[in-house]
Amino acid sequence: MAIDLPFIWAGIIAFAVLAYVMLDGFDLGIGILFPSYPARAHRDLMMNSVAPIWDGNETWLVLGGGGLMAAFPLAYAIVMPALYVPLIVMLLALVFRGVAFEFRWKAETDVSRRLWDSSFAWGSIVAAFAQGIALGALVQGIPVKGRAYAGGWWDWLTPFSLLTGLALVAGYALLGATWLILKTDGEVQSKAIRLARLTGLATVLFIGAVSIWTPFLEPLYMARWFDFPQILYTAPVPLLVAASAYALLRGLNEGRELLPFLAAQSLFLLSYIGLGISFYPFIVPPSLSIWAAAAPPESQGFLLVGTMILVPLILAYTGYAYWVFRGKTGIFYR
Amino acid sequence: MYGLDALELARLQFAFTVSFHIIFPALTIGLASYLAVLEALWIRTRRAAYMAVFNFWKKIFAIVFGMGVVSGIVLSYQFGTNWSVFSDKTGPILGPLMGYEVLTAFFLEAGFLGVMLFGMDRVGRGLHLFATIMVAFGTLLSAFWILAANSWMQTPAGHSVNEVGQFVPEDWLAVIFNPSFPYRLVHMTLAAYLTTAFIVGGIGAWHLLRDGPRNEPARLMFSMAMWMAVVVAPLQIFVGDLHGLNTFEHQPAKIAALEGHFESEAGAPFHIVGLPDMAAEKTRYAVSIPKIGSLLLTHDPNGIVPGLKQWPPEDRPNAPLIFWSFRIMVGLGFLMAGLGLLALWQRYRGRLYTSPLVLRFAVLMAPSGLIAVLAGWITTESGRQPYTVYGLLRTSESVSPIDAPAVGSSLLAFILVYSAVFGAGAFYGLRLMLKRPELFEPDLPRNEPTRAAGITPGPAQEIKGVTLHGH
Repeated sequence: MAIDLPFIWAGIIAFAVLAYVMLDGFDLGIGILFPSYPARAHRDLMMNSVAPIWDGNETWLVLGGGGLMAAFPLAYAIVMPALYVPLIVMLLALVFRGVAFEFRWKAETDVSRRLWDSSFAWGSIVAAFAQGIALGALVQGIPVKGRAYAGGWWDWLTPFSLLTGLALVAGYALLGATWLILKTDGEVQSKAIRLARLTGLATVLFIGAVSIWTPFLEPLYMARWFDFPQILYTAPVPLLVAASAYALLRGLNEGRELLPFLAAQSLFLLSYIGLGISFYPFIVPPSLSIWAAAAPPESQGFLLVGTMILVPLILAYTGYAYWVFRGKTGIFYR
Repeated sequence: MYGLDALELARLQFAFTVSFHIIFPALTIGLASYLAVLEALWIRTRRAAYMAVFNFWKKIFAIVFGMGVVSGIVLSYQFGTNWSVFSDKTGPILGPLMGYEVLTAFFLEAGFLGVMLFGMDRVGRGLHLFATIMVAFGTLLSAFWILAANSWMQTPAGHSVNEVGQFVPEDWLAVIFNPSFPYRLVHMTLAAYLTTAFIVGGIGAWHLLRDGPRNEPARLMFSMAMWMAVVVAPLQIFVGDLHGLNTFEHQPAKIAALEGHFESEAGAPFHIVGLPDMAAEKTRYAVSIPKIGSLLLTHDPNGIVPGLKQWPPEDRPNAPLIFWSFRIMVGLGFLMAGLGLLALWQRYRGRLYTSPLVLRFAVLMAPSGLIAVLAGWITTESGRQPYTVYGLLRTSESVSPIDAPAVGSSLLAFILVYSAVFGAGAFYGLRLMLKRPELFEPDLPRNEPTRAAGITPGPAQEIKGVTLHGH
């Protein structure tokens, strides 16, 4: 077959995961920042700023997971058991957080509202931490024997995966803070600027730590980043990270509203590209490539038809939703 | 863990999460169509009660839909975590089917849901009705793809097996329209409609008992529900029979188990009640009608019906479980039809809204659809055992290489979290249902943001300057 279907599907899934991280990242960040905003009116505003779009954002996670099972069933069958604990914890945390959007407004007493507030905050924090751990566990490599995961159910727990877990919590919090700078004003916004400085600094430090650590995990990663002539292609990534960090700092100093958000998203995009550089074409590093894990072309082709039609529609639709909700979020009640 | 191995725990976990989940789609499929009908009738007749009932159930739909989405996401990952070998082998077939479910239906539902929930005064009546119909269509499309996947596991077709042991598609039409799919699709869709009808009817009856027969929205709910009962319940019994005959053709061991037949015989009896004993290979304490078993299955009183002994013990499904789950489902089906007929008679006598007997019976029957759906799914899924892909892939060979404590602790976590979270959801849903319906039912409260399920910009947000500013 002339068309490299596994490559196309790897691209689609990579895109879905990136869309998920960049979009759901900032609304998870809102939850992570909830404890820093104890006032009820502030929390109402924060939740309202993401309420119309959060579940569309989360749908990219379903698309990523579903696409993985359809296009790379072997990778799905190996990664899911390997990341058993972080994935289950993430799913349960997303349940707590997802229903809070609905139930918080149904609560009639202060006690139950506070309960759903904590459910939203802790659900977001734990989900972000678990996603970061899952990412770290994937990057550090998953042992495969035959067509199955060959490790134990606590293998994911390493200093490296804990580091990536914390890194993602900080990063999502930064996205959330810069989102609030964009979508709110007054007290909520000025606090968000302070929080963005803090989480921005943490995020950049975490990116640095993870980047320094990663090449030592696998000889493959080391070669990818430092061998000549690849280094000519890889060197711009850390430079662009530095430029994004500078843009973030300047945006915050100058009181710009959109720039910090874009700079934070740029940090995520570059980190993601960095990951791709490290382990492409492996879908389960260090042994399983996208071609070895691919479903037969009849399966990949069948779903590709629908994906090619519907994903652009979904994107257009999502873009429209964001356009309608542009500008500052108001207080909805009274 | 508690003497259970990883396989049993994984099965328990799947049974728990899928049973919890199926409650929500069973309700949303029915409610979405009901809402579309109500809105269409309102546009045609302008009768205020239609809009009142529409707004009443719309709020409940929003909660149920949200819970359905979050419990469904869990399932899409659970195939991989607990059933990784199954996922590897069936992924090339089931992955695309479930992928289409996500793509078409989920986005269709989520897309138009925002308009349906929040857009009444913004997009115009025609377009709003269109959105409501698209949501209903989306729920049906969801059911289409998921039931195609499930039916393929029951009656696999259109595939071959490749060199690494994966099932791979040969003919997608044959995969999707596998032998049991049409029956299962119709049976489940009608079941969802009945589930909704009986909940709506039970709630209508509750308010008629509390508030008196003058409450027009409650009367409307009850009347529409009882029409559904008298028309759809008998239809469902007929469709269920066809589905049973299809199962008899393709999965005779399932039928033998759910009928408690151990011996293959001509002129087999029908056991009304009894206790199948797998070890002794007979059905104890049976109260039976001679020859009816053969008559039902072969349409010949002396037809030959295979018994469980025809299969080796390790290939038999759990007979006592599905013997009873099947009877609970069928019994409830007949009770539903009975209530429908009783209501029809009282309607004829002009006492539909005042007869305490019918009203109380309807309140009692409110959860009957949900229970029947669960019993039916237990019957068909347990009846497929010991296979995940019938006759081709054993359940014991489908499970992940994961230690029992991992599966056990995640099962415990699911039980705790689902009970807490969905318990709260049931509480909020019931509180809404038990609030007296008013003829001028308020729309969704304005102090809430557009949220949950539906990325469509809730146009209601821009009205009257209550929301977005800074345009």
